[in-house]
Amino acid sequence: MLLIGAEDEEKWLAEGIAGIQHNAFYLHRALDSNNLRDALKYSAQMLSELRTSKLSPQKYYELYMRAFDELRILEMFFKDESKHGVSVVDLYELVQHAGNILPRLYLLCTVGSVYIKSKEAPAKELLQDLVEMCHGVQHPIRGLFLRSYLAQISRDKLLDIGSDYEGDAETVMDAVEFILENFTEMNKLWVRMQLEGPGRVREKREKERSALQELVGKNLHVLSQIEGVDLEIYKETVLPRVLEQVVNCKDDLSQYYLMDCIIQVFPDEYHLQTLEMLLAAFPQVQPTVDIKTVLSRLMDRLSKYAASSADVLTEFLQVEAFTKLSNAIEKVIKMQVDMPAVGAITLYVSLLTFTLRVHPDRLDYVDQVLGACVKKLSSIPKLEDRWATKQLVALLSAPLEKYNDTVTALTLSNYPRVMDHLDNGTNKVMAMVIIESIMKNNTCISTADKVEVLFELIKGLIKDLDGATDELDEEDFKDEQNSVAKLIHMLYNNEPEEMLKIICIVWKHIMAGGPKRLPFTVPSLVFSALRLVRQMQGQEGDIVGEEVPATPKKIFQLLSQMIEALSAVPSPELALRLYLQCAKAANGCDLEYVAYEFFTQVFVLYEEEIANSKAQVTAIHLIIGALQRMNVFNVENRDTLTHKTTGYSARLLKKPDQCRAVYACSHLFWVDGQDGIRDGERVLLCLKRALRIANAAQQMASIARDSSGPLTLFVEILNKYLYYFEKGNKQITAAAIQHLIELINTEMQSDSATSDAFLASTLRYIQFQKQRGGVMGAKFESIKL
Amino acid sequence: MNYLVGAFKLPCNIFISFADGRIRKQVPLKKENGKTVMVALFQSQESIVGEVVIEPVHRKKVEHNGVKIVLLGQIELYFDRGNFYDFTSLVRELDIPGELYERKTYPFEFSTVEMLYESYNGVNVRLRYILKVTISRDYVSNIVEYQEFVVRNYTPPPSINNSIKMEVGIEDCLHIEFEYSKSKYHLKDVIIGKIYFLLVRIKLKNMELEIRRRESTGSGPNTHVETETFAKFELMDGASVRGESIPIRLFLSPYELTPTYQNINNKFSVKYYLNLVLVDEEDRRYFKQQEITMYRLLETS
Repeated sequence: MLLIGAEDEEKWLAEGIAGIQHNAFYLHRALDSNNLRDALKYSAQMLSELRTSKLSPQKYYELYMRAFDELRILEMFFKDESKHGVSVVDLYELVQHAGNILPRLYLLCTVGSVYIKSKEAPAKELLQDLVEMCHGVQHPIRGLFLRSYLAQISRDKLLDIGSDYEGDAETVMDAVEFILENFTEMNKLWVRMQLEGPGRVREKREKERSALQELVGKNLHVLSQIEGVDLEIYKETVLPRVLEQVVNCKDDLSQYYLMDCIIQVFPDEYHLQTLEMLLAAFPQVQPTVDIKTVLSRLMDRLSKYAASSADVLTEFLQVEAFTKLSNAIEKVIKMQVDMPAVGAITLYVSLLTFTLRVHPDRLDYVDQVLGACVKKLSSIPKLEDRWATKQLVALLSAPLEKYNDTVTALTLSNYPRVMDHLDNGTNKVMAMVIIESIMKNNTCISTADKVEVLFELIKGLIKDLDGATDELDEEDFKDEQNSVAKLIHMLYNNEPEEMLKIICIVWKHIMAGGPKRLPFTVPSLVFSALRLVRQMQGQEGDIVGEEVPATPKKIFQLLSQMIEALSAVPSPELALRLYLQCAKAANGCDLEYVAYEFFTQVFVLYEEEIANSKAQVTAIHLIIGALQRMNVFNVENRDTLTHKTTGYSARLLKKPDQCRAVYACSHLFWVDGQDGIRDGERVLLCLKRALRIANAAQQMASIARDSSGPLTLFVEILNKYLYYFEKGNKQITAAAIQHLIELINTEMQSDSATSDAFLASTLRYIQFQKQRGGVMGAKFESIKL
Repeated sequence: MNYLVGAFKLPCNIFISFADGRIRKQVPLKKENGKTVMVALFQSQESIVGEVVIEPVHRKKVEHNGVKIVLLGQIELYFDRGNFYDFTSLVRELDIPGELYERKTYPFEFSTVEMLYESYNGVNVRLRYILKVTISRDYVSNIVEYQEFVVRNYTPPPSINNSIKMEVGIEDCLHIEFEYSKSKYHLKDVIIGKIYFLLVRIKLKNMELEIRRRESTGSGPNTHVETETFAKFELMDGASVRGESIPIRLFLSPYELTPTYQNINNKFSVKYYLNLVLVDEEDRRYFKQQEITMYRLLETS
């Protein structure tokens, strides 16, 4: 057989159409003149065009449709006995005189449909006769189209007899029998197409066959439309027969299409009630059939059906749908040895979706599905297939979505085992999904066990996995770690003991993450721990029991470990801040030594790790701020620390920085509150020192012809003066303030600088206080502007 | 044959008519000149009754040596042209010698005539029945007029009518089993049957059923056999596969068949065969021929 060029085909089609049109013209003339003889003659000639073997199914279809339209007209003519004067019985014989089989059978079908409608003979016999006679056309394409014509032309009659006579099971069965018979034959022909012709055009042939599949499927569609086909008939007759055909035809294309067709065409309720039978067919199909898609669709449909109303759910339980499906899948996977992993996983995804919809309460089912999946996966090496991984992610995401509560997923013992089969990248993606789900639902993970499981699940994010060599995207990495950090805040339990356990576990896990991750995760954990400390502090009265395992001390030990780990990263600035936080917390717990220890660490860090001058400035201010608030220290310790701080302040590199740090230090000696330190002397000392530095800075600036900075410093110092003056520091006198204002004014004049807004508003403030009267007004009275 | 002569100087017209001519069934009969005329239909043991009208032209006197009517049953073999075998010849004298002056009517009757053989118009042979009226004359040629009629004999349905069932094939190539429901068919019958494919290793294109008629004439070394194919009826389009069965339903009414004739007067026989032909893609034909018996059933309609 030669490969046929498209051009030739076009030509043949055109010839065929021309032939049909030519004969149709004479046919119309014969019909107009009520000439039956000629009508038969020309219609037979017209139909002879359909005898061609040269056209592909698509082109043949075009030709067929032309003839089909003409046959409709002919049918109308046949129907009207007054026009041709021949009884339908005789007509039925008459058309069979045609010598060529194809035109003969087309005409027979046409007359047959009129005959059935006339009800002059039992429909059953006529239908059987037609479907039997069509055996004569064994050419696959021509046979398919002929039988499709038969199906089409008999369709309305079948629906009639299938539905008209209520309760008359006989007639319904007749119709069903007919369709099944026709369906079986069509499928045989369709399958046979595959076997024709040489192997090299196989692909093309498959394409051609796909184009014809609807002709075969149409039968099933009609079956589903017959009202009389109730569950009983479906179960006893329709399904077994269709499945028998499907299994026996041993053709993958057909099996795939028909199984799918059955699932799509018949009502869900029927599927549910015949699940066992339907599923039994799956393992019997050819190993090359893409059974997973079909099975998935079945499960999708069933799960949608289950979701449609609560009433049907009981049905699902009654028929043990899950067990049946699960068994079927297992069998299918066992039978189809060559099924790629993605196939198996897709099946499990569908089953899982089904389970989640139908049995949301049965976690054990979910776990069972995952377990089965693990079993399958363990038989193959790490997944490389992109699609398979995608499916696996879908599998794992499904329970998360369903339960809105990630905790549920954590109780599934097989969940992490499935995750183990993901590659590193996907594992991370999945971990992110889990975290997102937790965040979205605001789920609080409250037991240590669950935390343990959870971190096991997201270990892809927590630490470097074996063999992880892929280049990390910086942005992604940050995102991931930030998510982990966020997650840590979701781990919470009111019981300090349990909470401590949780913290320990988290710490254990994030410690494994290495220096890259720690800066992201440690702060979260530290704050989480501090929250615990504060909480315990609040409940202090309650936990005076002898052996309380979760004591703040213990936590602080842990905290110091954590932060120490961080300094090894190194990330001194962060560590410093965290130490300060801890110190504050320790302060709250009245643990002087602990707080002192933290401060020690702070200074060590400052001395050894923080070299950047800007960082130093920030650090100093942080330290000052923190230290100022500390109230647990005894005088000696406090002195040591304040001394250190002022010392470091004065030793900052830039003069303005020095100045600012030093005047900030003044606060260390003046703490508001009942038992606060109020060492006015040393406050003044600090401020004076700041003034000196400001002076020096001004001189340096004047050399460098830069005058704006130092003046600001003076105003800032003036503000400090005013602050302490207001607070009642005896050492700060109105005279001193007066003096400072004058100093600033002279500086201003000599500098001829533009008026300073800061200064102006400061002065306005003084003015305001003066006018306010009262104690404060009297105090300010002495200041002259 | 005699029209031309008669047109010139036929002294009288002769009309032959049947008594029940108006109600008797008429059937078409093909004449030698290709024209089809309707003639009366008889069957064996029927009485052939009618009248002959002789009408002298222009009231001219016609002298004659007697008028007679003969019923002839004749077999004509074409290759033996000119030779007629009369297997039946019945004579009725209508008039004694005398003169005819005016129109005269002679009734005639052949009662319960034995006409065993049917009229037949074949390729090489013709069997026909003729009424021949002869006015014998001296000196001049006799005046003759013919009236043909057709005889058909009806047979009751056979008491034994077995089906034809046979398995045929070419080893390792093609194996089929076919079945025709009957071996004896009446002329308006339907051939019902089935063909089962047991083994198909060749690429078939289609399958036909042919009805063939074999007419053998003469006897001994002079036997002539002529086979005609009456129907080519396509049974199957495309190639069948193992296990398929193809239905046969062939209506015989559209074809002008005759009953099977077995050795008619030792002159000829007509036999019918069903020929099943399978054609493969290289247009090779595989066939199997089966004889069937045709008979004429009295139509009740």
